[in-house]
Amino acid sequence: MVEGMQNNDVIKTKDFSIFYGDFNAVKDVTLNIEAHKVTAMIGPSGCGKTTLLRSLNRMNDLIVNCRTEGEALFHGVDINANDTDVIELRRRIGMVFQKPNPFSNSIYENVAYGPKVRGTKKKSELDEIVYHALVRAALWDEVKDKLNESGLSISGGQMQRLCIARSLAQQPEVLLFDEPTSALDPIATAKIEELIVSLKKTVTIVIVTHNMQQAARISDYTAFMYLGEMVEFGITDRLFVHPEHKLTEEYITGRFG
Amino acid sequence: MTEAKNTSIPIEMEHDLSRGLAAGATPSIPFELVHKKKFNLREGFSLTLVRTLGLTGAIILMVILAFVVYRGVQVLSWEFITQSPIESMTKGGIFPVIMGTVFLTLISMMIVVPVGVATAIFLAEYSKPGFTLNAVNMSIYTLAGVPSVVYGLFGLSVFVVTFNFGMSLLAGSITLAIMILPYIISTSEEAIKAVPYSFREASLACGTTKWQTIRKIVLPTALPGILTGGILGTAKVSGETAPIMFTAAAFFTPGIPRSVFEPVMALPYHIYVLATAGTHIEKTRPIQYGTALTLIILVLGMNLLGIILRRRQRLKKAW
Repeated sequence: MVEGMQNNDVIKTKDFSIFYGDFNAVKDVTLNIEAHKVTAMIGPSGCGKTTLLRSLNRMNDLIVNCRTEGEALFHGVDINANDTDVIELRRRIGMVFQKPNPFSNSIYENVAYGPKVRGTKKKSELDEIVYHALVRAALWDEVKDKLNESGLSISGGQMQRLCIARSLAQQPEVLLFDEPTSALDPIATAKIEELIVSLKKTVTIVIVTHNMQQAARISDYTAFMYLGEMVEFGITDRLFVHPEHKLTEEYITGRFG
Repeated sequence: MTEAKNTSIPIEMEHDLSRGLAAGATPSIPFELVHKKKFNLREGFSLTLVRTLGLTGAIILMVILAFVVYRGVQVLSWEFITQSPIESMTKGGIFPVIMGTVFLTLISMMIVVPVGVATAIFLAEYSKPGFTLNAVNMSIYTLAGVPSVVYGLFGLSVFVVTFNFGMSLLAGSITLAIMILPYIISTSEEAIKAVPYSFREASLACGTTKWQTIRKIVLPTALPGILTGGILGTAKVSGETAPIMFTAAAFFTPGIPRSVFEPVMALPYHIYVLATAGTHIEKTRPIQYGTALTLIILVLGMNLLGIILRRRQRLKKAW
């Protein structure tokens, strides 16, 4: 159906729809997220890409009146089933938000938060987790001397990498990025992009972005969404050079959006 | 006046702009125009009015304080706050009175803070719009408006009589706790709601449960706000007379209470007793003012603590 589709898809959706009350925000989306690849979702504001992203680890549960139809599978398990362990789902599918949102306690406590709450008590184990998460988030060298300072005392780009480290501490299989660089300057953005590309060796990445160049730079697959529908989905290099749909072409050439 | 001004400004601008352009000036001209405007009468008047009224409030407070301090400071001494009253309360100190108020306040806070914070958590985090939420909110608003003497009567009939606690520290503390409950609930609820939504999202996205998120992130972040409410509530509780008049306060006890089932003396009630019901009203005037001053110092001290806590919280958390 889609070129490059393989059997190691981590997340699959089929005719997946999301509603806010009567409003149909995402319509019949069929999408496969391949392991250890970066999948980007692009589209104009309000096209439903963030809604779709947030439904993949059920962050939309927090929104009253939000319901889904159709299928969204994570390793073959229905994400939205009532008996799905949402807590474990969110541990395995982490999320990084648009605005860096570190907790107000120390950098160390920020990263150790998840493991600590889930019961890891030994200091040496926590130290290990914090060290590895910060190294993977390319933040260790910058904060190793101030682990006890507030997570809010560092720069915006560092905060966002701290949030990535906090997610990595859960050893997630998938990381969802919701426009992670829209609040950052170009240099911080470049660092995050570099980081995302380096992370795909160990995690599968889905990123929503407003920035088409960003999608072109870092993603392997791109999904173009418009008015809640998935217009086109395919290998990034192909989609940006030879879009199949007229809408996609118009959007990536900047004629609307 | 307003109309005249509205029409005059554009004309002035046009005039000045054309002159400025003719002289080949830079576009900074419009800013100059703003500064050229005449003294704004309405602004000046409002400022003076607000300043005067604000100052009046401060002056009234200062006068009351100065009066009580002037009259009370004459009797205030180490002995006054560490000794028991003697000779029909015409001499001696007010130690049991202070301790009575401290006990009443502490016990009522121990009761009201857990209940109030739990209710606030329910309201802020768990409740969904509907009958229960409306009912709880309605009760809280109504309770907040009930005069304190009504709480006193309620405490008398329920705790003193029905539960058979008698006039006691326990009955008074529970009554005070109920009186301050709406205040504790609403300040705690505000503090909890002020915790950024993004903190909750971040925590849940780490694979934690809702309760873990509340316990580990929401409550610690809201704690300074909750504490501030608690301290200001303490100040309010320690100064109330009506709720303890029928439930806990004694005319005279020889020392501090030995159990929660004994009545206690309390600062506000002591002032009331000495000033209205004693046998030596005139003779005890200095003690009355001394007691009043002690109460004010206690309340102001706690308010100050609340203010300092709130300031520190604002300085520390800049999200």
